[in-house]
Amino acid sequence: MAAPPIPSFATDQSRARESSRQRGVQSIGDRLYGGWITASALVIPALLLLVAVVIAISAWPAVQSLGWRLLTDTTWDVPHARFGLLPALLGTLASSVLALTLATPLAFGAAIFVSELAPPRLRRPVALLIDGLAAIPSVVYGLWALVVLVPWLRRDVMPFVRDTLALGNVPLFAGPAYGPSLLAAALVLTIMILPFIAAVAREVLQAVPRSQREAALALGATRWEMIRDAVLPNARAGLVGAMILGLGRALGETMAVTMVIGNAHLLPTSLFQPAYTIASLLANQFAEASGPLHVSALMAAAGVLLAVTIVVNGFARWLVRRTEQQR
Amino acid sequence: MAGTRVRRAARWCAAAVLFTGVFAACTNGDRRDAATSARIDLLGAGATFPYPLYARWFNAFARDSGVRINYQSIGSGGGIRQLTAGTVDFGATDVPMTDEEMAAVPGGKVVHLPTVLGAVAITYNLPDVEPPLRLSPDVLADIFLGRVTRWNDPRLAALNPRATLPATDILVVHRADGSGTSFIFSDYLTRVSPTWAEGPGRSKEVRWPVGIGGKGNEGVAAQVKAMPGAIGYIEATYARQNRLRTAHLQNAAGTFTPPAAFEIAAAASSALATLDEDADLRVSIVNAPGERAYPIASFTWMLVAPDLIGAERTEALKRFLRWALSSGDEMARTLGYEPLPEEVAAPLLESLDRRLPTSSAASRP
Repeated sequence: MAAPPIPSFATDQSRARESSRQRGVQSIGDRLYGGWITASALVIPALLLLVAVVIAISAWPAVQSLGWRLLTDTTWDVPHARFGLLPALLGTLASSVLALTLATPLAFGAAIFVSELAPPRLRRPVALLIDGLAAIPSVVYGLWALVVLVPWLRRDVMPFVRDTLALGNVPLFAGPAYGPSLLAAALVLTIMILPFIAAVAREVLQAVPRSQREAALALGATRWEMIRDAVLPNARAGLVGAMILGLGRALGETMAVTMVIGNAHLLPTSLFQPAYTIASLLANQFAEASGPLHVSALMAAAGVLLAVTIVVNGFARWLVRRTEQQR
Repeated sequence: MAGTRVRRAARWCAAAVLFTGVFAACTNGDRRDAATSARIDLLGAGATFPYPLYARWFNAFARDSGVRINYQSIGSGGGIRQLTAGTVDFGATDVPMTDEEMAAVPGGKVVHLPTVLGAVAITYNLPDVEPPLRLSPDVLADIFLGRVTRWNDPRLAALNPRATLPATDILVVHRADGSGTSFIFSDYLTRVSPTWAEGPGRSKEVRWPVGIGGKGNEGVAAQVKAMPGAIGYIEATYARQNRLRTAHLQNAAGTFTPPAAFEIAAAASSALATLDEDADLRVSIVNAPGERAYPIASFTWMLVAPDLIGAERTEALKRFLRWALSSGDEMARTLGYEPLPEEVAAPLLESLDRRLPTSSAASRP
């Protein structure tokens, strides 16, 4: 913290102390309020801790009897007691990262348009429509993908890539043309996380001080130079945060992905092949899980998903802090 | 001002008193009714497949008898878990309990009582093929093993001489969630194909060698409907209700049979023909020997542990079963279920007292 703000901070504090002394009756209310706020703040980490503990306890039998094979085995075979999470784990990461890669440029473009370029008359409706996308329940996205997106992929996209472009032998596009596939899941996730990234990015861009923009324009920058040199660098940390929010949502999305990914325990080597995600695996198998080891292995899967999201969030915080320091 | 307020309060009080009085009268009347027919509330949980029928049956039976039965369709596995935990009066399942599972139920023998028949239909999407698809057990198994991969495979063509099958990939759809339907289907494949028996085997969650997974009957049906060239397996009742095309399967006697009422009933009666009256009814009836038997059929069971719930509740359940097996058939048929054929229902009714003993003398042989 720099030197100048300190005196004003001190006067603020002494002024607050003075006023609370003047109205001593309210200090009980203040203390109650303070206690309640602190308690609510503690409840949230406590809940997370509790969830983690319960998952750890329930997953322990599977971890004990299967060990690292839980993470390295590629076979998920319930009747023969083999529970390898690798395909689902990689499927989760592949579909989410792919969705993030596709969604980010679109979302940032939309956010820059709304906050910098759009004529005032267009600004509100476009922002409203983007926010509206975020309010659609995921099962609706899933149904849309099942009825519109997947048949389009199967009928037009897959044959075009395979036959017209003659890429059928490239491993990335291998496998029979089912339609439900890693690509279908990534595309539906792209559409689902787009409004989240766009909404946060828009807020972040709008928070960049007007003076920065005016200064850039005053120095003779074009509009595009103003956005590139004055707005985006100021908003960098927030934009990374927006991406991470999108990624977090993609990692945990269940319903829509389950409907279009094909739910097959295959390593995600081809965009056109069905795959699996951890969230879909849990949604599909938990209700009818047979036997304690199966339940325990699913709990371990939940633990892995929790760990992945926590690692992603930690990485995001580190990234945000680093970009802030660079500035 | 104050006067109106008092008057208004008085009016409210009067209304409240009147209402309470009426309410009390109602409940009194109810209780008197129940006293004549000893009202019992029973709680059950389990399989989702028979749920629509059970809901209808329990509703009608409550009107006739005063025994109210509350059923939660949480899945076969859940039903067995709840029964084992002792939180329900009866369970329901599409998959018979294993001996280990039965041993885990504290303090009592679990009795399996069939209620209706289920079957697994093979549905497919071949828009240009007019006559129903015919499949033999070995070809069906090889399709789901990923060994027959094209619709114009010579073995499929030989089975379907009247149809022109397309030169496209066979797209296999299976269940992604654990399910009794998967168990019955994989039980059948295990019975008819040695390769299947050595590989995936029978289970509620099979490791499918090929194909994509859909959640629930509706998930599989939706995927099959959406993909020309697809094939999948679903509950026959669901296929009938949604008018899906189903394949005719070659049974053990060599006949091609559709998953229809008569053929499903024939599976049960021919499979049980050799059993004696008091035999354990945890029997698989897939690949039944009957001339016109549909090969992928199964019972769905109610699970009762008479020692666990006591004589009064067991007696109430027996009353329900007698009622359902004698006058519930019509209700089952209108909902698309296949009731137990006479050859199964009659001996079951006859042996019900021995299967579910209620007097302490009878429970100790």
